[in-house]
Amino acid sequence: MTDHDLLRGLRGRLTTAALGLARVPLGVLGLLLIPVQLVAYPLILVTVGVPLLLLFTALTRKYLGVHRRWAGAVLGVEVPEPYRVPANRGPMTRVRTIATDPATWKELAFLPLNAVIGVLTGVLPLAFWINGAYGLVVPVLWALGADHLEYSGVDASTPGSAVLAPLLAVVYLVAAWWGTPRLRRWHARFTRWFLAPSATEALTHRVRELADSRADTVDAQAAELRRIERDLHDGAQARLVALGMSLGMAEELLARDPEAARDLLSEARQSSSQALSELRDLVRGIHPPVLADRGLDGALRALALANPLPVEVDVVLTGRPEAPVESAAYFAVAETLTNAAKHSGASSAWIRVRHENGRLAMMIGDNGRGGARATDGGGLRGIERRLAAFDGTLGIASPVGGPTIVTMELPCELSSVKTSSSSGTA
Amino acid sequence: MRVVLGEDLVLLRDGLIRLLRAYDFDVVEAVDSGPALLEALLAHRPDVAVVDVRLPPTFTDEGLRAATEARKRVPGLPVLVLSQYVEQLYARELLSDRGGGVGYLLKDRVADVAQFVDAVRRVAAGGTAMDPEVITQLLARGNRDQPLATLTPREREVLALMAEGRSNGAIAARLFVTEKAVGKHTANIFGKLGLELSEDDNRRVLAVLAYLDRV
Repeated sequence: MTDHDLLRGLRGRLTTAALGLARVPLGVLGLLLIPVQLVAYPLILVTVGVPLLLLFTALTRKYLGVHRRWAGAVLGVEVPEPYRVPANRGPMTRVRTIATDPATWKELAFLPLNAVIGVLTGVLPLAFWINGAYGLVVPVLWALGADHLEYSGVDASTPGSAVLAPLLAVVYLVAAWWGTPRLRRWHARFTRWFLAPSATEALTHRVRELADSRADTVDAQAAELRRIERDLHDGAQARLVALGMSLGMAEELLARDPEAARDLLSEARQSSSQALSELRDLVRGIHPPVLADRGLDGALRALALANPLPVEVDVVLTGRPEAPVESAAYFAVAETLTNAAKHSGASSAWIRVRHENGRLAMMIGDNGRGGARATDGGGLRGIERRLAAFDGTLGIASPVGGPTIVTMELPCELSSVKTSSSSGTA
Repeated sequence: MRVVLGEDLVLLRDGLIRLLRAYDFDVVEAVDSGPALLEALLAHRPDVAVVDVRLPPTFTDEGLRAATEARKRVPGLPVLVLSQYVEQLYARELLSDRGGGVGYLLKDRVADVAQFVDAVRRVAAGGTAMDPEVITQLLARGNRDQPLATLTPREREVLALMAEGRSNGAIAARLFVTEKAVGKHTANIFGKLGLELSEDDNRRVLAVLAYLDRV
């Protein structure tokens, strides 16, 4: 270790120790939050407790938010909030959610413990540094003839003790050097341990998320199947019935009235071609053949070609994602692009697809008038829900006046069977 | 006229063979997979190949790939591609070598036997046969193109039929006008689009398709 490192380490530690002192009043201040919260509960009976509890809980959570951020900064990780979300905005629902949230009670226990630990970890380092520094000065004071010198319980008025004092001081300083950053980390770890959601809570949260997205997926799938059934029933099936009828009648008429039979046959042919065209549209909506043929790259380029807007496609993928993810990604882009063509008033659009850090990242932009939002029942919300089934996310940047950029991410791995990359304007 | 057929569905394969034989085509081989198709095309060098896009073993665009590969090795080998759906991307790929002698039709078109046989003959003769749906899509995209917007409705009709690969005579018959009138429309269209008018039907079609693909 060079002198320079030593100096820098010393300065950093002294700063840490000095700033640590700030945690003392902060921790003590937290004690005030305990009685005000507890007092609010009985007051609920006379109604006035409801706003009080909401206010004090909000205050407490703000106060603890500071601790979370501090602990997160020290440990270099994010400390998430464990709070339950009330089912609705009604005040009684919120009170009930707060009262039954284990996090509320855990935090009440945290406040006194944090006050004690905050005071200890705040005061001790600085005390050690000061004491250590003083110990080094003791021999000088002794030499100057000071009376009643005492250091760390040792009478330092004798020459022997005056030598002992600096030795003790070195022990103090080494302890302070070693302990200053560690105490801060320990306090941060203690804070995180108390304030971050426990593994169980995190899992509960995850399970709830998954249950929601699964319910959405099942709903969407059932609706999709109903739509397909209806399309088949009203479309291709009906056409085939008509086709059979025309053919049967033509058979009847063939001998008696060949001219009428010819008309019926031509009608039958039209029926068959309409049935085919309807089946084609249906298949395209279920799984576009070009997606199976060429993967996301080719399918998106085909999509761009069929779009009324000129669309620039820029896809770099080293393989293909799993078929369900690929299909979800394709339909998400297709629907976003349709939205853009329909509502944005744009004159051009672009698609950019990459695979980075285990996520398929897709961006769709247009130069339209902007102001796009995911509203309930809107197309973008539908896309969001479908992506959620694969843990995907959707982000919209669409200031009024444009341009609009929709970002979608889907966690997935690529199978590296095939390499494809392309860019171009359609 | 010697034909190689690539189609994996037995029902359709037999139907196509029967249809083609009825019109005096000589079906020299009918295969049911991509690799077999490529082999047959290179071995027989037929006057025209009729190929389904989707073939085993991958059941993706195996047929199209085999046809494209065969045309690479035997330049100008006439290929008529049939498909359950049309994709502009594939039409563009087929036309990309600018050689002519290509067709891309929906399978439904087989139902109109006379038109279908005409398309096969046209492709065999080095012409083109593009599905009306491809042309409709191309023209729909062309809405933002200035020169295209100046065409009269009749000229657009002629343009669409020409892009499908039909000769002036066929267009005249279809629109119930004289061939001379069609020739006049064609000259106008080429003038408005700034294209050079060629005497050769096939070259003219390719020029129109290239123009539509650009806009």
